Amino acid sequence: MATVTIQVNGRAVRAEKGEMLLAVLRREKIDIPATCNHEAVEAFGACRLCTVEITRDEWKGWKNYVTSCLYPVEAGLIVRTHSDTVIELRRTLLDLQLARHPRTPLIQQMAAEYGVLKTSYEEAPDGDDCILCALCTRVCDAMGFRAISTVGRGHGKRVAPPLDQPPPDCVGCLACAQICPTGFITYKEFGAGREIWGKQFQMVTCTRCGAPTITREFADNLAARREIPREYFDVCDACHRAELAGTMGRIAQWNREEAAR
Amino acid sequence: MKITSPAQLSRLQTDLAAQDKKLGKKVMICCGPGCLANGATKLVQAFRSELEKKRIRDFRVEALKETGCHGFCEKGPLVVIEPQGTFYTRVTPADVPEIIEQSIRGNQTVERLLYRDQATGEPKTTYHEIDFYRKQTRIALRNLGKIDQYSIDEYIRVGGYQALAKVLTTMTPDQVITEVKASGLRGRGGAGFHTGRKWESCATADDWPHYVVCNGDEGDPGAFMDRSIMEGDPHSVLEGMIICAFAVKSKDGYIYVREEYPLAVQNLQRAITQARAYGLLGEGILGTEFSFDIKISRGAGAFVCGESSALMKSVAGEVGEPRAKYVRSVLKGLYDKPTVLNNVESYANIPVIIAKGGAWLAAIGTPKSTGTKAFSLVGKVRNTGLIEVPMGTTLREIIYGIGGGILHDRPFKAVQTGGPSGGCLPADKLDLPVDFDTLTDAYSMMGSGGMIVMDERTCVVDVAKYFLHFLVEESCGKCTPCREGLFQLHELANRISDGRGTEADLALMEKLSENIIIGSLCGLGKSGPNPFVSTIRYFREEYLAHIRDHKCPAGVCTALIRYDIVAEKCDGCMACIHACAVNAITGRKGKVHVINQDICTKCGACMAVCRRDAVEVA
Repeated sequence: MATVTIQVNGRAVRAEKGEMLLAVLRREKIDIPATCNHEAVEAFGACRLCTVEITRDEWKGWKNYVTSCLYPVEAGLIVRTHSDTVIELRRTLLDLQLARHPRTPLIQQMAAEYGVLKTSYEEAPDGDDCILCALCTRVCDAMGFRAISTVGRGHGKRVAPPLDQPPPDCVGCLACAQICPTGFITYKEFGAGREIWGKQFQMVTCTRCGAPTITREFADNLAARREIPREYFDVCDACHRAELAGTMGRIAQWNREEAAR
Repeated sequence: MKITSPAQLSRLQTDLAAQDKKLGKKVMICCGPGCLANGATKLVQAFRSELEKKRIRDFRVEALKETGCHGFCEKGPLVVIEPQGTFYTRVTPADVPEIIEQSIRGNQTVERLLYRDQATGEPKTTYHEIDFYRKQTRIALRNLGKIDQYSIDEYIRVGGYQALAKVLTTMTPDQVITEVKASGLRGRGGAGFHTGRKWESCATADDWPHYVVCNGDEGDPGAFMDRSIMEGDPHSVLEGMIICAFAVKSKDGYIYVREEYPLAVQNLQRAITQARAYGLLGEGILGTEFSFDIKISRGAGAFVCGESSALMKSVAGEVGEPRAKYVRSVLKGLYDKPTVLNNVESYANIPVIIAKGGAWLAAIGTPKSTGTKAFSLVGKVRNTGLIEVPMGTTLREIIYGIGGGILHDRPFKAVQTGGPSGGCLPADKLDLPVDFDTLTDAYSMMGSGGMIVMDERTCVVDVAKYFLHFLVEESCGKCTPCREGLFQLHELANRISDGRGTEADLALMEKLSENIIIGSLCGLGKSGPNPFVSTIRYFREEYLAHIRDHKCPAGVCTALIRYDIVAEKCDGCMACIHACAVNAITGRKGKVHVINQDICTKCGACMAVCRRDAVEVA
């Protein structure tokens, strides 16, 4: 990868050619809002909040507005991350999100940062916390399950398992719930069981301490795909750590004895 | 039978042409979408059984042809007797015996079925004499109405696949691209990108395989250009695609057809099967080394899948959502490989460009928008139908010259071009030449060729509301500005139409529109506010009338209008009383009728049935 120089808010910044602009801006500690971006999944360009103004000398004053999460860096790029137009766009986007999700803390807080305390539009009476960032469906995809997806389109789009039934391909790994930025995706845990998307799972329990580790389906799947021995999951993380600590302690002891000798 | 050499193809053509000459008279029945809806199938059956019954000597079954859309949908079902060109309009099965007697047995015409000139009332015997046809130049639609839409032999008879033979035997891929570039052909799907340049980018991309895809996802309300070509002349699309595949060295092609076009799927599939049987698709086309095959991919009825990146996702079996195209789809398209995606009409132009040369096409139209463009001319215009005119033809010529003017001679108000995300152009733009750049400069666009004419009884707020609603429904919902922004824009338009709007709402709509345009991910969102942006530009006064005066000048927005019966004109015929679905009108025979405003739903049925124009709207 070649290193190139671009200009960000009047400052020269070095970056790798082809890396995404948002990564460069974040590295430079520039505050760029985004709700659909996460290092675990590929950039998507849905929330549009990371839009910035770009131009080049040879464009002779012509400007373009691009989502920095998806824009590959190249030499000679001139970027403005907070021009009036960009700020106005972000304000409008957050205003729209606030109308749809008036009671979602993440949206309220992000909107407030851009000076939007109350939406200009009519608040959705049934506004829920799903901001359609699609992080859940994309992380499910990245995990290799594709158990859930967005369904429908337009204003009626939502995240759901196929036919709103407990998803056959879900292994209960919780990646979707953990990546969800608003806590919309919920799950229940009870003893040696877990429920998400209406599907119930039995947990593998630690053969040493009896604590639940991961679901049987997830353990079987990981064992089958990644050649991690299935037995590995019969011991919980805490016990694995305890065992490791014990081993490390013994090695340290042995080292000390060795040095003394 | 496989055709294994260009020479064999030429022999076949000569034979087919000679056979056709021997047929004598031919009955061409239009089986395009409009005529089918008006009962063309029954007409075909009527002709079949009547000809069977009469056993006319010399008339062969092959001489009864079911053609693609002839274009003059307003007057359908259409029947043409060739080679004379006798043109019958609004034909019903009951007319069939008379047509057979007069025009097939004899050499007479059935006068009552002829088209009558609008101005003079004179009957016109052939379609060549009618302005609607005379003022057109047909390239993409060249075979519609001229050949049987189900037969590959018919396509070959009129010179089909000769361009392919020429390409395979005498041209290199580079020469094909040079020829297409010389023609100046720009994408007929709406964006107007140079077809030749697109092919060149794909051909030179060093990433394999290359794909050739045809966009048949025509989704604009009221548009049926591509549909008519896919149904009525499917081989012209196949031939265009095969030539493209040769130029960009592709082996696999896909035609993406929307679910709502079952007949197009059927006819294309039949055409593909026929072409394979003749060795025009598949391994070793026409006995050469070149191989290429086409599959049909059916959409599931989403407007957004006409957008290139969403279309390719849909073909690949994924959710039809667009992606950011900072890397163009010609380099990273279907399955992330270089892909040429052209519209149906663009492909249909290709065989002609190869046969007659790029310079021939470049001489038609304007320097920057060459060739012709097909439009579906609909709305409040006399002659609705499918037309094709040289680029640069004025809107006036299309609407008045070909379209015959506005229904009931009412004043023209606006014409919507470019589909839902196009724009409305007012009367002072009637003399604009129709080409890609002029329409864009006038804040509308060419789009795929929908053209909806509106008269003074059309309310622009209502029109904006209608198209915004369409786009809200059809937004894929991936990105915030399009999903939420168009929704709110539509809500605000509703407020204005209901008389609850304020001037602050109008300002909010304008600001919101700007941000949707800047912020959206794909073309649908970026052009989504156009129904509002173009109408507010040219018809601000009408919006203000809704807001300030709580009036809908066109008499459309139900919250702002009332229907009244003018006592002096009403003769008490009871027609409106019978027509009213909610019993809002009272009165007795011979007495003046009265509309009860508390019950009236403002559907306008009373106005439509009144013969004395006694119902007024205000």
